[in-house]
Order: sequence, then C-alpha cells, then structure tokens
Amino acid sequence: MAHNKILDEQAYLMNRRSFLSKSSVGIGTAALASLFGTGCMPSPGSSGIPESAKGILDHLHLAPKAKRVIYLFQSGGPSQLELFDYKPTLIKRRGEELPDSIRKGQRLTGMTSGQDSFPLAGSVFKFGQHGQSGAYISELLPYTSKVADEICIINSMYTEAINHDPAITFFQTGSQQPGRPSIGSWLSYGLGSDNQNLPAFTVLLSRGTGRPQGQPLYSRLWGNGFLHSLHQGVQFRSGKDPVLYLNDPIGVTRESRRSMLDKIAAINDEQLKEFGDPEISSRIAQYEMAYRMQTSVPDVMNVENEPDHIYKMYGPDSTQPGTFAANCLLARRLAEQDVKFIQLYHMGWDQHDNLPNAVSNQAKDVDQASAALIMDLRQRGMLDDTLVIWGGEFGRTNYSQGTLSDTNYGRDHHPRCFSIWMAGGGIKPGMVYGETDEFGYNIVDKPVHVHDFQATILHLLGVDHEKFTYKYQGRRFRLTDVHGKVINDILA
Amino acid sequence: MAFASLGEEQDRYAIIPGHADSSLLVQRIYTDNVDDVMPPPESNLTLSETEKEILKKWIEQGAKWTDHWAFIKPISTTPPSVNDESWIKNDIDLYILSKIESYNLQPSSRAKKEQLIRRAYFDLTGLPPSIEEVEAFVNDEEKDSFEKVIDRLLSTVAYAERMTADWLDLSRYSDTNGYQDDFERFNWPWRDWVIHAFQKNLPFDEFVTWQLAGDILPDASLEQVIATGFNRNHKITNEGGVIPEEYRVEYVSDRTNTFATAFLGLTMECAKCHDHKYDPLSQKNYYELYSFFNNVPEEGFVGGGQKAEPTITLTDEIIKEKVAFINTLDSVGEITYMVMKDMDKPRQAHILNRGAYDKPTTPVNPSTPESILQFGSEYESNRLGLAKWLFSDDHPLTARVAVNRYWQQLFGTGIVATSDDFGNQGSLPSHPELLDHLALKFQNDGWDVKSILKYIMLSATYQQATNIDKRLFELDPENRLLARAPRLRLPAEMIRDHALEISELLITEVGGPSVKPYQPKGLWMETTGGGGGSTAQYVEDNEDGLYRRSIYTFWKRTVPPPSMMTFDAASRDLCTVKRQNTSTPLQALVLLNDPQIVEAARMLAARSIDKIENSVEGRIQYMFHLATSRAPNESETQVLRSYYDEELERYANNLEAAEEYLSIGNYSVDQSDIDTSTFAAYASVASAIMNLDETITRG
Repeated sequence: MAHNKILDEQAYLMNRRSFLSKSSVGIGTAALASLFGTGCMPSPGSSGIPESAKGILDHLHLAPKAKRVIYLFQSGGPSQLELFDYKPTLIKRRGEELPDSIRKGQRLTGMTSGQDSFPLAGSVFKFGQHGQSGAYISELLPYTSKVADEICIINSMYTEAINHDPAITFFQTGSQQPGRPSIGSWLSYGLGSDNQNLPAFTVLLSRGTGRPQGQPLYSRLWGNGFLHSLHQGVQFRSGKDPVLYLNDPIGVTRESRRSMLDKIAAINDEQLKEFGDPEISSRIAQYEMAYRMQTSVPDVMNVENEPDHIYKMYGPDSTQPGTFAANCLLARRLAEQDVKFIQLYHMGWDQHDNLPNAVSNQAKDVDQASAALIMDLRQRGMLDDTLVIWGGEFGRTNYSQGTLSDTNYGRDHHPRCFSIWMAGGGIKPGMVYGETDEFGYNIVDKPVHVHDFQATILHLLGVDHEKFTYKYQGRRFRLTDVHGKVINDILA
Repeated sequence: MAFASLGEEQDRYAIIPGHADSSLLVQRIYTDNVDDVMPPPESNLTLSETEKEILKKWIEQGAKWTDHWAFIKPISTTPPSVNDESWIKNDIDLYILSKIESYNLQPSSRAKKEQLIRRAYFDLTGLPPSIEEVEAFVNDEEKDSFEKVIDRLLSTVAYAERMTADWLDLSRYSDTNGYQDDFERFNWPWRDWVIHAFQKNLPFDEFVTWQLAGDILPDASLEQVIATGFNRNHKITNEGGVIPEEYRVEYVSDRTNTFATAFLGLTMECAKCHDHKYDPLSQKNYYELYSFFNNVPEEGFVGGGQKAEPTITLTDEIIKEKVAFINTLDSVGEITYMVMKDMDKPRQAHILNRGAYDKPTTPVNPSTPESILQFGSEYESNRLGLAKWLFSDDHPLTARVAVNRYWQQLFGTGIVATSDDFGNQGSLPSHPELLDHLALKFQNDGWDVKSILKYIMLSATYQQATNIDKRLFELDPENRLLARAPRLRLPAEMIRDHALEISELLITEVGGPSVKPYQPKGLWMETTGGGGGSTAQYVEDNEDGLYRRSIYTFWKRTVPPPSMMTFDAASRDLCTVKRQNTSTPLQALVLLNDPQIVEAARMLAARSIDKIENSVEGRIQYMFHLATSRAPNESETQVLRSYYDEELERYANNLEAAEEYLSIGNYSVDQSDIDTSTFAAYASVASAIMNLDETITRG
C-alpha cells in the first residue's frame, strides 16, 4: 500500500495553518479555528482572548449585499390564497370540482386524500393592488400593503415535502430528515460573528392566535448538525432568563462573579503553564465571553428605553414580551448589534378548518410588526444591508378541506406553489415574482425551489452555495445539497 | 482502468507506472489550461501542491494499487522492534513507539498516579475515584497495582452504565418518537438490558447478534427478544396526513444506515440514491442490505399513544420471573414494548430510484456488499444470516470497527480518526498494523470487551502523561503519534455525574423508567402544538429523579435536555459513534448557573464542612481534592482562600443573599451547626471549583 504510506507521512507534516483551517471535528481543532480565526492561534501562556470570532471562509466568494438576515418564519403553512396570490377564477368557480387536468394526480396528504370531492374555495377576503408595482395583497395585511414597494413577493415558491416536520426541516436545513445544520448555523460557521458579545445565530419563538393548539416546533431546527456547536442557534426567550442559564444564581452579585472568574482563570492559567494545552486558553476565553454575554444579552433584550412612537409603529402587542411583535422589535435590536442571523418562528398558520376566522387572527398577529420592522430598518439606514424574509414551509390547497360553505372552509397542505416575501439586503424592491395558474394550483412561470431560495440567501451574503461545503462522514455537504440556483431576477 | 490506453490512437495512458511525466494524469493536474485541468473548475475542488506531489511520487514509485485497505481482512504481523525497550509494557507499545522513534521523538513519561487512576475511573465508570481510592493506589507499590484497579472497575455496575452511554448514542436511543408531536415511547427496558449485557460481559458477537436477530435465534429467550429493541429505536412519525409507506421506507433505511455505521464503519446512505464513481458500494448493495430490515410487520404512521407494532407486553410478573434485570422500581404495570419480527412472507425489496419510496425499480434480495465479503450460501437470508456474516472469521471490518471505538473511548480519537467512516473517503489508520493486531486479538479472545479494554489500558501508551511539549505540539498537533496521552474534556453525562458524585447527591439506583431532573421552565411548552400527551409539558421530578446518573435522563428528541446538548451530547436522531468536543460560552453558563451544579456545589461544601474540622484551608483543599483527584498546591489554595474571605465578608454583610444562595435546589440539609454566611462562602468556593478546567477534564 505504497500510496497509503505517503499519505500517512503527510498527515504528520501538516503545518499549523492547515491544522487550523481543516474542517475536521478533531478535538479542539474546530474550536480553535472558529474562535480565533485562521492563523492566529494563541501561544500557550497568552490570555487567549479572541480578537474576533472569524468564520471559516478566509474571503467571501462574492461582494456581499447583506450583512445580516432577519428571517420571520411563519410556521404551519400560511395560505397564499388568502394573503398574496389573488385568484379571481377561484371566486368565480367557487364550489366547482377541482379539474383533474389541473391536479394531474398530484400527491395529497392523508388528511384529504380520502375526500370524495375537492370543491374549489375562492378566498372570502378582498384583494387590492398596492404601491408602484401594483402588487396584489389581501385586506388581511393592511400594513404590509403599505410597504409593498419595499418588498419582493415571490408567488412561485415550491417545495418537495407535504408535511410539517419534513417541510420545515427542509426549509431550514436543506434536507427533509433531521441531522443537518440549519441556515443560521451554516452562516455562523462560514462568516463568523461581527459581535464578540452575542452569538452569531439567535432564535426567537412566538405562538399565534390563529391556532394556539397547532403544530409544534423542534429545537433541532436551529441545531448545528455536524458543525461545531458554537454555531447552534441560541434561543432568546422572553422573561427573566433570556438565554438558558444566563442569570447568576440568586445571592450572587456581579462583583463576586467577576472575582470568581478571575480566580478560576488564575488556577486554569497554572494548568495551562503545566500542560501547555491550548484547550485551556480556549476555556478561559469562553468564560470571558460568557461573562460579557451576561451583560450584552440583557442590554439587547431591554426594550424599556424604546420611545413610544416605536411601540406604536410595531403595534400594541409589541409591549407584550414573547409576542411576534415584541420579537420583531428585538430582532431589530439584535440586528443593530450585528447579530448575523436572527431567526423568528411564529407558530399557528395551519388552518385545516375554520380558516377564514383563524387566518384573520393569525395575520393580525404579524402584519403590523412585519411592516414596522421594514420601516424601522429603513429609517435607520439598515434595510440596505439587512435581508428580511417572511414565509412558511409550504402553501395551502385551492380546494376546501372539509365542507365548503359561504363563510367557512379549510385548506390542506400544498407544496406545489406558495408565497413568501423578501426585502432589503440586495433584493429588488417593489416586485412580484413568478406566477401560478388561474386556479392557484400549479406554477406557470419562474418556479423557485427551496434550494434556489437558500442559494439566493447565501449569494446575498457573499457566499457561493456550491463552494461552501463541509466534509463529514466522507461526503462534502452543502446547504443546497447538489441543487439550487441563485434567483438573479430578484437581485437589486 | 487507470492503466488502460486512451485516445483514438490508444497511445496515451493516464498512468504509466514509474513515469510520472509521461502520465496523462500528472499532465492534467499540473496544466494551466482550464479545459484540461483536473479536477475541473466546476467541481469546486482543487488539489494542493502537496497532494499533486504525492500523486506524482506515487506514480514514480510504481503506482501500486490495491483494494481499499479496510476491505482486506486484518493481517497478523510481528510487532516492530524499538530502541527503548524499557518503555514497553505490552505489544501495543511496540507499534506506537517504533513510529514515535521514526520521527526522532520520545514518548512521554508515565502520568502521575493520581492522574492515572482518575483517567481509569472516568474511562471505565464515568465517575471519579474517591480520595481514599486515590491514596490507596498511590501507596500501592506492587507491580500490578494498576491492573488491580482496572479489574475492580470492570466488575462494577458503574462500568456497565458508562459503556451503555456510548451505546445509546450508537443506537439512537430515545424516550420519544422523534417527529412532530414527539410522543413518549417505553423502550427503556432495552436500555436496562444493555446495562445488564455489559455487566455480565456478554461477548460482543452475541451482544450484537441478539440485537440484530434475537427474535429469530433458535428457541429465542425473552431476553434475546428484548435485545432486538435496538432496531426499533429509530424515529416514528405521528404526523397526520403523512403517506405511511414513505415513512416505513425511512425506518428501514434508518436501520440499514445504523447497521452500516455501527458495525461496518461505513456511510452507506450515500449509495441510497445512486451509484458513485470509484465507490465500491453500489446502490444495489444498499438495497440488498436494506432487504434484511424490510420484513417487519410495521406501520409507517403510528398515532400518538398507539402501539408501534410489532410489540410484546411486559408485566411485573413476567419481568420478575424471566428478565429481572429490568428495573420496575415498585411496579410498571404493563409495558407495550417494541421488538423486531419478520413477516412469514418476506416483503419484496426493490432498488428505489433516487431513494424515493414510490419509485421502485429492480427487485433485490437480502445480501451484503461483495467488496466487503461475499454473502455465502451457508447464511440464511435473514437478519440471523446477516449477523453470522458479520461475525465470520474472514470479515474485514467488524472487529476493526469495534476495537477502533474502544480505542476512541480511551484516547479520544480512534486509530482510524473517522470512526464512522472506514470507507475510501475516511481517514487512514494512523497505525494500521496495530489496528489489525487489536482486531485479531479481540476476535481470537472471544470478543471479550472487558479484556480488550484492559489490554489497551495496561499499555505504556495509555499510561503516559498529558503534558504537551511545544516542539511535539508543532509537529503533531492532533496527537496522532500518541507520544503523549490526550487531555480530554469529560462528556456531557460525566460532567453532571461527577458533580453529583463528589457532592454525595448521586443516587446509584440502576435502570428503570427515565427520569426528569432540573430543566429550565417552559422549554417543552414553548414548542409544543398541544399534542404529545406526556411530552407536552416537562414535569420535573422532585426527589431521587433529580440525582440519577445522566444516562437515565428522559430524552425528548425534538427538545433534548439543553445542558447536555451544550456539552455535545448526540441528538439521538441518527446513529452517532463520535461526538464533537467543543468549547463554548454556553458551557460556562451551564457550569456557573445551572441549579443542578449550583446545588451540587452547596452539597460539596456541606460535605467538606462535615468532614473537616474547623480549618478553612483544610476544607478548601478537601473540596479541590474531591473534584480533581489531587491536593491543591499552595498557590491554588491561596487563590481559593482569598475568594472564600471575600465571599464570607460579603455574605456576612448580607445574610439574605447567603440564604438565597443556599436555597437553590430541592435538597435540604441540616445547617444548624454552621453559620449561614460561612456555609454560603464555602458554597461559593465549591462553585468555583466546579468550574475549573481540571474538574471537567479527565487528565
């Protein structure tokens, strides 16, 4: 095995740089690479405090348009037919059977595959045209309508999954089955953090009023998969302990904590001198970062000093911690601190029945604050380099699940077309992209696959999705698997 | 193929052995022409200068090509000779030292005895030694003193629990179904069986055979059937509206992937969708292996709270009579337990185009990849035949993959660093002959797990100090030469168990239903959709359940225990044989502020107050000693003493703060003998000790 022998020798002659930049999961290797950036390893005995937390990419593949992302994930599958995709034909042909020529034997979920009849359900909500672009937006979203010229509505999204768990997992990680890193983790890994005192990837959750007992979320959606756990999304929660275990125990003061950390560092430093293990410097640095987070997280979460007009802008819910509106305000504050990826999840968009009533409530939860976020970023000059995304994991059927009446109906999951919007950060404003057929069932123009969407996000941040890989278990993994193309038409 | 003639004239060759410059391969990797250069630019792959040189040198040296090393069965070799024979304790050391010497380096001296016994305790039991055990070992000057320690540890149930922790990762064990509402399941009796099997040192071949095929063994016992729960540990969906067949196919794939990673050390799932150039494992191979696991009478969709057939029913009486290793505590009533079973008429498997459940193509039958080892006609076409094939004397992978994991357990990294990938994309073994030596020994000694662990631990290689020499570090930063022992952070379970042990909070009850220790309020509630039944809301235990070993912590797959995840526990979604080992600020927050650790610090303080009469230094030293297995030196003592003085003054001026701090955690202790501020000050020092790097390190 002559060739093995040479490769084997090679393994030992690695220089320090290749050791550090290698994407191995070996002990400490990844830790050092991501903490200290490539090529500036602390010599044993130094304080080991990182100058910056650089990402793995030495240089970006492209000129970035966005520096950070705020992703307002609408979990459950918002009905595009009630919000953005206006279909007069459905209203005209209300109650008629979905033509086979349109359905083309497409897969249905087990929830409606047993239905005898698939009556077309036109929306009961009115649509109007808004902004210069004349985008159709429903009356359920009056505030969003006012920022029509800031956003790009994509009506031709499609996905491969038809059930929540695989569909959300697919959107967030590029794979239907759990185990891969989420988008935020990929970006934290690739781009690092621009803020030494906050995690690069933060997560905020809220529950909608449309369907309080809806479908669940899973913390693996913001998991780091096979990447270093430094890149996992850190959940910021409303309440006293905004990050798990952030608060000092009762009875402990800041001064006593500071003193304790100094004592720990002094003893750890003796160990470092004795054993020369760089992992010890890393640990000392992590304690300092933790200490800084104890101040920086409450600071960023403290909205007390936000002026009244801001609360007014985000709406009455914004004074209630844990609501979507309050989370939007927090998202802006995190963006101001240069947090790279701010992921919101708003649950409750799964309207299988009683849709008209439930979707009205659900839309009301998010409409004002989503629009306010756009305006707020705009007025602070931050919209240009902040990418904002609004959307869920799939759409809903054009036919009624269950009985269709004049005022009531439901809609099942529909992966073949749905709507999302994007704004800021290099996205062409005031645009409607892609088109579905008159029944709102199939895409007829400019389909956008989930992997295309993911490729576009990376592109806007200066990353070529085909070049951004991580080798694990013998395979080079990508967020976009082996697919995806950037949607150039929607780039500014 | 690479040696064949190319081109229209058949006059060009990719590789001409001994003639690098005339080989097209070399020309193509060095060319500047973008149309010709290999790999092509659109692949986004490049070769480094060194890699190019290696290819060139290999051709110059004759371009010898053999099958992939891992698919050739292990070869027995005479261990190499070394210069410094005085260092040698067993044959392992010959393989290791000869390589170290070839780099003109020396191995490290033996670790201090305090360090060595701590290492052995954590590696074998996941718990620290007591001060008395450390002292007894330090004072035992007999030649076999370390061997006696190992023998004692191997006989403990703590050993079985520690071995089980790794097996739970590999088996993707969980207490919930893992998708959507993530309902509870009751397969913890399987976990109790694993502990039992490790404790009685069931030979590895039987241990695995029972798990793969216990149900089809002749006259299968109930214990053997229970072992088959292994193949039912995968996730199961309850999401309304799924297409059941799609998920059933997913479960069969999960079993196939788990089998491949756990026992063959191969990532087979790459072959699930299509063939890959140069990969000896084909898509057909994948679905032939898949066929073994495809005959279960199961449903793809199992509604919340419903039975996931096939199952058996376990009652208190049956357990008491036949499988008493299952801990029912007082009573479990009746448990519906998932097992493996084959249908009378096997389900025909097909190659699935692109892995899609609804795109079956060619029918395939149970078989194994021929590039590994032929599936001979002597084997039954079922899981039992598969197990026999796996443990055939000629199998190139089974023993290597297993001993490599034991090596990883003791050194942090396997001889093959990618313990989950022995394929051609994985790492090469750092010491191939040693790997074979251990594999053959394991195989020939009856697959005796305790014995192979002991053998490795008795080597001088294992017993080295961890000190890192600067020159050595620059030459071998990843410690692949093993000229020193690795200094490893403890895994998630051990960090918590250690804190509970030294504070005397640990409840050593073995097995039984999983428990729910402290967890920040609301974590399950925040993500539930209202479904999930018992998993919608986390209901903390209030007594013993707070203090059990961490392998008993209830595992909800969609929201796993956060402090364990922070310390790199596996999510249990998929088979995992190697965890990450990271260092993050969130870890510091857990150790500083998690009530589990804060309470343990208080109880560590209480223990030292109780044990040591009226000496501040004495008490500090005692706590330090418990946490690190060594007495602190003078300066360490003084650093902590000064913290004690500061804290004492602070608490004396603020008794309320002292009382608050001492109120954390459910465990109450009689503190009438000691003044509150003094107790709190010791507790603060104990918390500092819990946070030392050395405390969470197995030196």
